[in-house]
Amino acid sequence: MSASAPALPAPEHPLRLFALRGARVLAVGAIISALVSFAFSRTVLNSFAYGMSITMMCWFFIDGGRLAVARWVHRNAPPDADPASLRWPGWPWMLTVIVIGTFIGFSLGNGLANWITGRDSPGILSSNLRQAMGLMLISLVPGLIATYLFYSRGRLARSEALAQTAQRQAAENQLKLLESQLEPHMLFNTLANLRVLIGIDPPRAQLMLDLMIAFLRATLSASRAATHPLAAEFARVADYIALMQIRMGDRLQPQLDLPADLAELPVPPLLLQPLVENAIKHGLEPHVNGGRLIVSAVREDGQLLLRVRDTGAGLSTAQSAPSDGTRFGLQQVRERLTTLYGAAASLALTAADDAEGGTLATVRIPIASP
Amino acid sequence: MNPTALIAEDEPLLAANLQAELARLWPELEIVATVGHGEAAVDHGLALQPDVMFLDIRMPGMSGLEAAQALAEDWPDESKPFPLIVFVTAYDQYALQAFERSAVDYVLKPVQPDRLAQTCARLKSALQQRALPQAVPNLGAVMDQLRGLLGAAAAPAAAALRVIQAGVGNAIHMVPIDEVLYFEAADKYVRVITAEREHLIRISLRELQPQLDAQRFWQIHRGTIVRCDAIASALRDESGKLTLILRGHPDKLGVSRLYAHLFKGM
Repeated sequence: MSASAPALPAPEHPLRLFALRGARVLAVGAIISALVSFAFSRTVLNSFAYGMSITMMCWFFIDGGRLAVARWVHRNAPPDADPASLRWPGWPWMLTVIVIGTFIGFSLGNGLANWITGRDSPGILSSNLRQAMGLMLISLVPGLIATYLFYSRGRLARSEALAQTAQRQAAENQLKLLESQLEPHMLFNTLANLRVLIGIDPPRAQLMLDLMIAFLRATLSASRAATHPLAAEFARVADYIALMQIRMGDRLQPQLDLPADLAELPVPPLLLQPLVENAIKHGLEPHVNGGRLIVSAVREDGQLLLRVRDTGAGLSTAQSAPSDGTRFGLQQVRERLTTLYGAAASLALTAADDAEGGTLATVRIPIASP
Repeated sequence: MNPTALIAEDEPLLAANLQAELARLWPELEIVATVGHGEAAVDHGLALQPDVMFLDIRMPGMSGLEAAQALAEDWPDESKPFPLIVFVTAYDQYALQAFERSAVDYVLKPVQPDRLAQTCARLKSALQQRALPQAVPNLGAVMDQLRGLLGAAAAPAAAALRVIQAGVGNAIHMVPIDEVLYFEAADKYVRVITAEREHLIRISLRELQPQLDAQRFWQIHRGTIVRCDAIASALRDESGKLTLILRGHPDKLGVSRLYAHLFKGM
């Protein structure tokens, strides 16, 4: 997932963005100046000279200060950090930047306007304390508002982008899940068997088709229900095994152990499916003589233990060359367990420890107290 | 004499079906054996020397591709020409591309009668060509095809291994990769031979190979990979068989005909 398309829109060049914001501030400054000149019936030239100079200077020092301070604050950030967050220094720093930026911006802007108009409007330093405070406050407000708008807009864009990414990932996962369950090799081999059976043994062909239908129906609807009874889970596994048995014959010897008192326990649908598939695909199918496949459920210390065990090829080969599908299958079981039960559930894949060899997959899930 | 064929397919129903379809499309073709895994395909193939072999790609143990490789390496020189090989697969997009590229014949499962009829026609004409008096042995062309397929089937290179960790009792011996003279397959294990001693590691040669630097470690047989710096010379005997002499080690290594092209004077 991490290697696929970048989650956020490609970042634009910071200088271009800076200039773009400058242009916007220029427009806003022009409007403010026009309003001031209209409301206080000042001369247009004076209003524009002071309005524009002070606005632009304040913006320049606040926005420039933000970038400079943000760069300094994040100087140790990893190179792959999200560039948008790298341009935001955090509120405490930002407030400092606004106050200092406004002070410098106002003073320089005022000086610039005095020089343009030839008048002598008092700056902050040359006014008395009360006047200075008033000037500062009036100048701070637009800076604060602008900063807040900038900040929340950035956050909105970010969260939108994140939501989009999450949606796409969910869709991709769904597709991968379906692909791993409807594995093409299994599908076409089954169809090939079906084609043969139709000619030589129609009743068996019908049985195989029914199993196939049950398997497809279960696979396609698995995502709709959160849980189903363990007995239903075992029935789906039995369907799948029966399907594989038609293909593999004696090489697949299944054994399903479900104690009656556990039959009604709720489990996530098709949780065992990928484990059974792995046991057949990597344990028994590659093994010349095939072997046994044992699926069992037991209660132990208030937990439900589901075991899928084969007497096939064993872990060393299965683990060192796991195909993408296998890894995805296991990872998918783990993810589902984590989502549903947090740390209380687990999946372990170990070498079976008796003479028959093979692999043992153990799922532990907590039994909810009724 | 009627042409003969061998079928290697692990699913009994599909094997029976292929046999039945072939009987209908090509009644003269005599199926001399039907086997369920790769090793049996090699054994029966060498023993019965059929004209045509249908090899399922995904079989227990040795795959169809590996079986074809083993057959090509062990095929006796003074015997019938190498069998015409047809691969059979349910679904394998990468293998199919490789088949197309190497002009190897294949059939997809479920077997479509029309497609199988085309294959039969091609096989018949190839067998007729072979029967002509001026026909040349085809092993060279088969080798080229197999080399193409094996190259395509090779897994992408993982990070190259620097040290071989060999467990001996309670100790793990660290063998720098530069000290290894050659690797030799031994059932599910690999023998690691250095100038001083040898170790056994629990991995198959097939799993080990992608972890080796292909520039330095050359496969010379399906069961042997040698460090090329360790080769002193390659000798060719009267029958054309290549043998490698190593630096600082008495072992002599046989090069299979599939890899003989690696050794030629500059």
